[in-house]
Amino acid sequence: MNDQSQSPDILSVRKVSKRFDISEPFLNRLLERRPKRILTAVDEISFDVPRGKTFAVVGESGCGKSTVARLLMGLHTPSGGTIRFEDSDITHMAPGKPPALRRRMQMIFQDPFASLNPRWRVRDIIGEPLKNFGICKTRAEVTQEVEKLLVQVGLNAADAKKFPHEFSGGQRQRLSIARALTTRPELLICDEPTSALDVSVQSQILNLMKDLQDEFGMSYIFISHDLAVVWYMADVLAVMYLGKIVEVGPKEQIFENPQHPYTRLLMETVPKLTVGGIERAPVSGEVPNPISPPSGCSFHPRCPLANETCRTVSPELKVRAQGAQSACHAADAGRLPSWTRMAAE
Amino acid sequence: MTLLELDNIVVEFPTRRGPLEAVKGLSLELDEGQILGLVGESGAGKSITGAAITGLIEPPGLIRSGQVRLRGQRIDNLAPEKMRRIRGKEIGAIFQDPLTSLNPVYTVGEQLIDTMRVHLGLDHKAARKRAIDWLAEVGIPAPEARLDQYPHQFSGGMRQRVVIALALCAEPKLIIADEPTTALDVSVQAQILALLKRLCRENGTAVVLVTHDMGVIAETADRVAVMYAGRLVEIGDVAQVIQDPLHPYTKGLMNSIPQIGNRDARLTQIEGAMPGLRNPAPGCAFAPRCPQAMDTCRTLRPIPVDAGSGQVACHLFGEAQ
Repeated sequence: MNDQSQSPDILSVRKVSKRFDISEPFLNRLLERRPKRILTAVDEISFDVPRGKTFAVVGESGCGKSTVARLLMGLHTPSGGTIRFEDSDITHMAPGKPPALRRRMQMIFQDPFASLNPRWRVRDIIGEPLKNFGICKTRAEVTQEVEKLLVQVGLNAADAKKFPHEFSGGQRQRLSIARALTTRPELLICDEPTSALDVSVQSQILNLMKDLQDEFGMSYIFISHDLAVVWYMADVLAVMYLGKIVEVGPKEQIFENPQHPYTRLLMETVPKLTVGGIERAPVSGEVPNPISPPSGCSFHPRCPLANETCRTVSPELKVRAQGAQSACHAADAGRLPSWTRMAAE
Repeated sequence: MTLLELDNIVVEFPTRRGPLEAVKGLSLELDEGQILGLVGESGAGKSITGAAITGLIEPPGLIRSGQVRLRGQRIDNLAPEKMRRIRGKEIGAIFQDPLTSLNPVYTVGEQLIDTMRVHLGLDHKAARKRAIDWLAEVGIPAPEARLDQYPHQFSGGMRQRVVIALALCAEPKLIIADEPTTALDVSVQAQILALLKRLCRENGTAVVLVTHDMGVIAETADRVAVMYAGRLVEIGDVAQVIQDPLHPYTKGLMNSIPQIGNRDARLTQIEGAMPGLRNPAPGCAFAPRCPQAMDTCRTLRPIPVDAGSGQVACHLFGEAQ
């Protein structure tokens, strides 16, 4: 598929960070002699998104996965690092001025009730990017294109004159997808696209997304907290914990032999459709407050394998078997017990 | 022994365009100490059913007909003052969002102590001691110190532990848990579910667990009731409903859940969406989406018949009436 001019990766992220200043107002700080407070939402993460594949990011609430999506789309400016889309540096894309590159990346948001303007008709919602980017010149062309897109996402051409409230949650998410497809993007960033939907509708949307990927050869960045959904969608998987990538690699490899205790914890705690539950090691603790992350490896307070090194030194991502990487001192030292539970039945 | 009976309850909300039936005649029974999973998609009526049991349907909504019986005694027609005594003492409740179900201006201890003083008639000192025991029981570290803290000083998972302690401390026979772990992360969800299950087993408390998550049901419940568009479509033992569902809707629902390890290229999907509550079709509510729909399904509503380990409301089973 790749010709000479194309690198295998559509997007490269290098040491990107995002710090939010959550200090109190200056005068309060001055009077109460409090220091500035900084929340590091994303901490020097690096990854590559292969062309035509799905790169999934999983993690619990507050791990920074949505911030990553917003950084890539230029909705936040990174505090450090570089983001490259093919050969262009898009780290500091000016907001408001859509450059040509912007057309090539689009985003789908979690809440289809909040991401569609309730006072616009569907034809205006989907038609707007067509006009803004000059894809369609005349009204007739816009109408024709909108109707084509609606059919592509499994709706009717006649739906163009309706308002968002006339649609169910799943149908609205189809509208969001149709809107994202207007510019024929090469990269689609999906931030929890099915979390607000019921399971029977979720499967419709996931199947649709896979079909569209096959049809248009799009790359996806798929952000989710649901490991089962990620299993279905991902080619490459990154696990985030407190702003850092703790494990990244091919999906199969990570599900079959996770090399980070946090990934293992996530996999063990997913409710299985096994009646009566599974005997599992008791997991304790919750994600710490990212304002004051633990020293060393940020997972050490919850980790059964933590030792003195883990409490003081932050681990680096190291290559494990078959292209997977994980950041864990226990794995470095070979202290990680063998993983017995196979993902597959 | 039967603890709770719902007898053909209809819950109705008057609107400007006529009454809306959110629950359209639901009957089920719950034995003492049993965990019943009540599962369905958004709008299926599962939370309203939970609210009907606790007498917490917000006016102008009302139970139009049918009965709710606790140990054979009707509780749906009690005066609000009498119901308030049953709620808490006999029926505990756990809701989805632990922050809104705790009072932010009282310490966690005050809320626990008040509950036990009202419902168990303990004095302050004894109630305080019990409150510390309960916090320890639900796995909150340093319970003596935590007792005098406010809800906002607890994390999400810890708050839900407090809510569980609060629901259990008056020693009710029944707990209505409405999406108790939906607001929590998976790693915390597993802890909370294990805790809820253990405490209910130890105290012989029955639970109605309202959730949309079949995984949660599979791990926690003894019996499962599946709701669709305000009606029960299937009820049975958890093993049968999960592994060998009878109703086409339950089948579709189970197959559409992505499962780690499944290598199928596509997920099974149920076409369409659940119909709205307005203008219900005459036949089976699932008929428009059902791959096995017959002519009868579109005209005649199926009634629940005995099948498997419970009941199923589908024309594929038994004779229509």
